[in-house]
Amino acid sequence: MSKLEIIIKREYLRRVSKKSFLLLTFLMPILMVAMVFIPLWLSSIKGDDVHNIAVIDNTGKYAALFQDTENYRFVQSEKSLEDYRNSDNKEIYAFLSITDDLLQNPTAATLYSEKQIPGELSRLINQVISKELEEEKMASFNIPNLKEIIKESKINFDVQTIKWGTDGKESKSSSMVASITGMVFTLLIYMFIMIYGGMVMQGVMEEKTNRIVEVIISSVRPFDLMMGKIIGICFVGLTQLFLWGILTTALLFGSQLIFGGGISPDMVTVNGMAQQGTNVSANMMNNPEIFEIINTINFVQLGIFFVLFFIGGYLLYASLFAAIGSSVDSQEDTQQFMMPITVLMIFALYAGIYSMENPDGPLAFWCSLIPLTSPIVMMIRLPFDVPYWQLALSIALLYGTAIGITWLSAKIYRVGILMYGKKPDIKELIKWIKYK
Amino acid sequence: MNFLETEDVVKQYSGHLALNKVSIQVAKGKVFGLLGPNGAGKTTLIRIINRITAPDSGIVRFDGRLSKPEDIYQIGYMPEERGLYKKMKVGEQAIYLAQLKGLSYPVARKRLIHWFEKFDIMSWWNRKLEELSKGMQQKVQFIITIIHEPPLLIFDEPFSGFDPVNADILKQEILELKNEGRTIIFSTHNMASVEEICDDIALINRSQVVLSGDVTEVRNRFKGNTFLLKLVDSGIESETFETDKYTILSDETAKGVREIRIHKEVDMSNSDLVSLLTKQGEIISFTEELPSMNDIFINTVSAPNTTEV
Repeated sequence: MSKLEIIIKREYLRRVSKKSFLLLTFLMPILMVAMVFIPLWLSSIKGDDVHNIAVIDNTGKYAALFQDTENYRFVQSEKSLEDYRNSDNKEIYAFLSITDDLLQNPTAATLYSEKQIPGELSRLINQVISKELEEEKMASFNIPNLKEIIKESKINFDVQTIKWGTDGKESKSSSMVASITGMVFTLLIYMFIMIYGGMVMQGVMEEKTNRIVEVIISSVRPFDLMMGKIIGICFVGLTQLFLWGILTTALLFGSQLIFGGGISPDMVTVNGMAQQGTNVSANMMNNPEIFEIINTINFVQLGIFFVLFFIGGYLLYASLFAAIGSSVDSQEDTQQFMMPITVLMIFALYAGIYSMENPDGPLAFWCSLIPLTSPIVMMIRLPFDVPYWQLALSIALLYGTAIGITWLSAKIYRVGILMYGKKPDIKELIKWIKYK
Repeated sequence: MNFLETEDVVKQYSGHLALNKVSIQVAKGKVFGLLGPNGAGKTTLIRIINRITAPDSGIVRFDGRLSKPEDIYQIGYMPEERGLYKKMKVGEQAIYLAQLKGLSYPVARKRLIHWFEKFDIMSWWNRKLEELSKGMQQKVQFIITIIHEPPLLIFDEPFSGFDPVNADILKQEILELKNEGRTIIFSTHNMASVEEICDDIALINRSQVVLSGDVTEVRNRFKGNTFLLKLVDSGIESETFETDKYTILSDETAKGVREIRIHKEVDMSNSDLVSLLTKQGEIISFTEELPSMNDIFINTVSAPNTTEV
């Protein structure tokens, strides 16, 4: 085993066997899946109670319209609101008071309750009344078959987006699905570069402040020491990524099997209660076309490029972090050097988010070629089929720069790791680079 | 034969000359003391020997030829600022570092167990380093330094932080290593240990070697013509001592033994001096007082810029 391999092995094993790593690796997918499924599951639980709703209809026109549902029973009542209020009645959950013709006086209906009125109930009442009022209104126009005419003139329009494959095949695509996929990958790569780059810096600083480096440096080249750490931690990141991928997929399939198809149609019928977002996802699950749309995204290609960009971007930033870690003595001193890097990464993230609107625009184009932002911004563009020459150029630039930065960082590292006492400034760092 | 030599090594740090034409010769199988006050350039020289930093000019010869990058595997280096991974288990850590020094896993393990048992710290094998006392950590550090059995060992301030008992154990180990034929470079401020352990020394002050050579020879060079004469107390006062050939520095009598410290004023052999003194009484012993390394160190270092013109 070469020195480099020994170092990589230690850096890798030490981190992978940590409890915090195992915990994060196994809990994160569970958390992610839980975040998707628990709201779905919770909203599918129905209350067992049946609530009585007293309808006090002075006009007599509306009371009969209310049909009992699973949760609500409507009772026509002759008593006045005052009577109920004075009596200690626990059987009635809410009182619907209608005092006037609602077409003339839309504010004449009021729902009273001693409790917080659930949105579901008020939506139910609104639906019933507005349907009735609509019909009344239509009838008042005295046009025959008006109902049918309106029904027919209601058009639900949704433009179909078709992607032309290179083989001439057409398939339905969805820019929303592509955007979401891109965003997930963007956030993932941003997070990983930050977390694992930071880990490299911590590791370098630990070796420097503990003075271990003096012991090791007499048996290993500084370059091996730095690269061993960077590569070892890179493997840790890839391992975590791989496990997350497998676990999340397994859990998603697993929970779909458990909750099964039962959830999705339920979700649609729960309608009012479910929020907009869950409605969409429920619809998506319910929709067989969604698979076609998802299939237009080439996940294998996406995965390969994700790993390529992750390694390149990580190498670039991790070697910068290693250089920073080697040139300072304490955590506080890192701030000055961390600032520009953090600003750059956040800029890249925002560039990525704004590129989502226009994945082929100039911002997206340039930021996905410039090596410091390309790993992050390219992720958002990937699901939108980036031309291969751009991908190739971006990767070439990224790896070229990464190797160049690593080379420079190694020079700073070599001097910095053995330098104690004074905090270097940029001028000092440049001098270190020039040392023989 | 010299195992390690440096020749006119110059190292300049930004605005500060750390080493100015430093030449040392370390003989094979000897203990070489590298002495000097703080900031004199000892650690820089050691780092150059270790190839941690490169000299601006000058050369390092290893085993008779120019030093090569691979030579560092033949050096065991215990830095002054000691450090190990605090969170790592002692045994695991020792094996890792031994592997980095080129040992295979089984060999590293076998040797480490041998040394851990010798130093009686085997029970700490599976403990984290941070749970060990400082002295224990030093022992671990020492073992790691010598584990790959290198022909050249460099100890930078090996005794700092050791209690007297453990310092003595360490001293014995160093002497044993010397008996095995290893060459040892030993940097220290502790002058008493220099007299006990070192064969040769070089004293570095203000980036330059100001004194070097065999320890006894160096002490002879600095001897101040001072002698200690022990006589059986005869009760006779030193009336006949007055002579222009020597002066009495002190004259004390205790428990029937009279101790007289004499300074020789003129050039004459020691035998002649003794013959002058025989009439003073029954001589128990007559010894020339060699200056301690401590005195030599202080005298040399605090001398006002003798090397600068």
